[in-house]
Amino acid sequence: MANNGFLYRAFRLYYDGFRSMTLGKTLWLVIAIKLFIIFIVLKIFFFPNFLSTHAEKGAEADFVATQLLNNNQ
Amino acid sequence: MHDLLLTIDAGTIDWSRAQFALTAIYHWLFVPLTLGLALIMGICETIYYKKQKRADAEASAFWKKTSKFWQRLFGINFAMGVATGIILEFEFGTNWSNYSWLVGDIFGAPLAIEGIVAFFMESTFVAVMFFGWKKVSAGFHLAATWLTGIGATLSAWWILVANAWMQNPVGCEFNPDTMRNEMTSFWDVALSPFAVDKFFHTVISAWIIGAVFVVAVSCWYLLKKRHTQLALQSIKIGSVVGLVAALGAAFTGHISGQDVAKSQPMKLAAMEALYNGGNAQSLTMVALVNPLQQPDYANEQEPPLKIGLPYALSVMATNTMDGYVPGINDILNGYTKPDGTRELSADEKIVRGKLAIAALQAYRQARIDKDDPEAVRQLQVFRDNEKYFGYGYIRDKSELVPPVGLNFWAFRTMVGMGCLLILFFGLVLVLGYNIPFLSIFSRRLLAAIGLLPETEADVPASGSQPKWLCWAAIIMLPLAYIASESGWIVAEMGRQPWTIQDMLPTWAAASDLQSGSVMLTFALFLILFTTMLAVEISIMLKQIKKGPEGQ
Repeated sequence: MANNGFLYRAFRLYYDGFRSMTLGKTLWLVIAIKLFIIFIVLKIFFFPNFLSTHAEKGAEADFVATQLLNNNQ
Repeated sequence: MHDLLLTIDAGTIDWSRAQFALTAIYHWLFVPLTLGLALIMGICETIYYKKQKRADAEASAFWKKTSKFWQRLFGINFAMGVATGIILEFEFGTNWSNYSWLVGDIFGAPLAIEGIVAFFMESTFVAVMFFGWKKVSAGFHLAATWLTGIGATLSAWWILVANAWMQNPVGCEFNPDTMRNEMTSFWDVALSPFAVDKFFHTVISAWIIGAVFVVAVSCWYLLKKRHTQLALQSIKIGSVVGLVAALGAAFTGHISGQDVAKSQPMKLAAMEALYNGGNAQSLTMVALVNPLQQPDYANEQEPPLKIGLPYALSVMATNTMDGYVPGINDILNGYTKPDGTRELSADEKIVRGKLAIAALQAYRQARIDKDDPEAVRQLQVFRDNEKYFGYGYIRDKSELVPPVGLNFWAFRTMVGMGCLLILFFGLVLVLGYNIPFLSIFSRRLLAAIGLLPETEADVPASGSQPKWLCWAAIIMLPLAYIASESGWIVAEMGRQPWTIQDMLPTWAAASDLQSGSVMLTFALFLILFTTMLAVEISIMLKQIKKGPEGQ
């Protein structure tokens, strides 16, 4: 990678930027914890896709039709 | 659920609604500050760029420091807000599965575009903005700063398109075989007047939050006698942005009011506690409406102690002084519209909604039985009554009336705070700048009522603000947030019981979950959100205390 090439300069922008962070380190830590809680804890354990777990694949329309037309009036 | 604030029903639907409301309100704490600060930091950096081009070293150093300071606070808010909106999409899939299935085809494109725009634009240009001061040219950096704000604003566009579609579903057709709304025109969805007006009203109101934040932080510095130059210059920018945005929000709010009058007349009637409508309607300034209890609209002519602004509601809804505005009872009992057509009563709509549901059911059965003539016949019945499909789920017409007291007071909170903000920014602006006649007139007026020392009445503005106005700025910050959240309460509570207007009420949209599980995640969110908010406020206050020197 040439030292003055676009990709190298883009790499250095991020590399040097991340290395020289002060407050940014705290913010990234907060973001990482938050993303872990949201995507690993909440999504997997508390927010499964209701249709995926209750309707057979390809039969979602029938499941929703049953919910809306038979059970919900 | 008309008594949310009195007794939260431990039912799945109510907990799902409460959870969605909690998440949306929390998410909206971050979004407006991101959009508002993006504008102000863009203005600061543009001034820096111009000063640098003119080789004004001292001024350019000052504006660079000022830009970097507001960008740092933007970064804190941006980091704290990241992914808070994703939780809303989780909730769609888990708590609102019927709704998600029905809207899936409509929301797919806008939300995918939003995700791509948000990820690529923001992640690229935010990095250049924070890491690129010594790496890229001043012009490129300036472009990156503005594009960060534009990227965030474009993200908001697609989210608001999705929200506007729920309020006014257009550009789609319901497919009875797939049980989904399918997009027939992307542009009808993306550029519907409801979406366009909602976008401008929402984004412009977000600029107010950014402006109040900048003025409040700057006023705190003035009170502490720190970073005075940064504070005075930032107040000048904040007051101009704030005044223009507050006036713009009033204008776009008027346009949005007309959209609501056309597409959601019940929302307008609830906002106004207008029980019985008519021509030349006055806008209620204040009335005795209980925020916690549904009024007896069927038997009362109007709320007690009503003080109205003559003709103003008709002007707001129709742009004419004599315009017709239907009230709650008119909408429930049916009325004749100004064009001579008749709006069906709630009972008639309910009958037609039940016909649509029964026909859809029969159509699907006929398809299973391969009885094509019957399927064609039932499909026609369904299409004839499809407009009222959602009304088939209404058990009692009172369910069609949103919480009147809550909407009434939330609307007044939003408008009242908006007027207060116009006054506030106007005052900050005339005291901060030397505007011919206006500044000196305001100073003399304030001196006459004892709010400014007599000795300062005729002194040209130094940009400094009286101590009481600095404190007022700090108090205005939470008030502006309350106004902004109140706007969303009107938008969302005003359209109850519909998740999709006239198509799907909340109780048909929700998943068949145990209420206990939704209650548990509600409690988890409450803890998580409160903790995150405390962390953000703590980091933000720490950086404000450090000031620009802490960079």
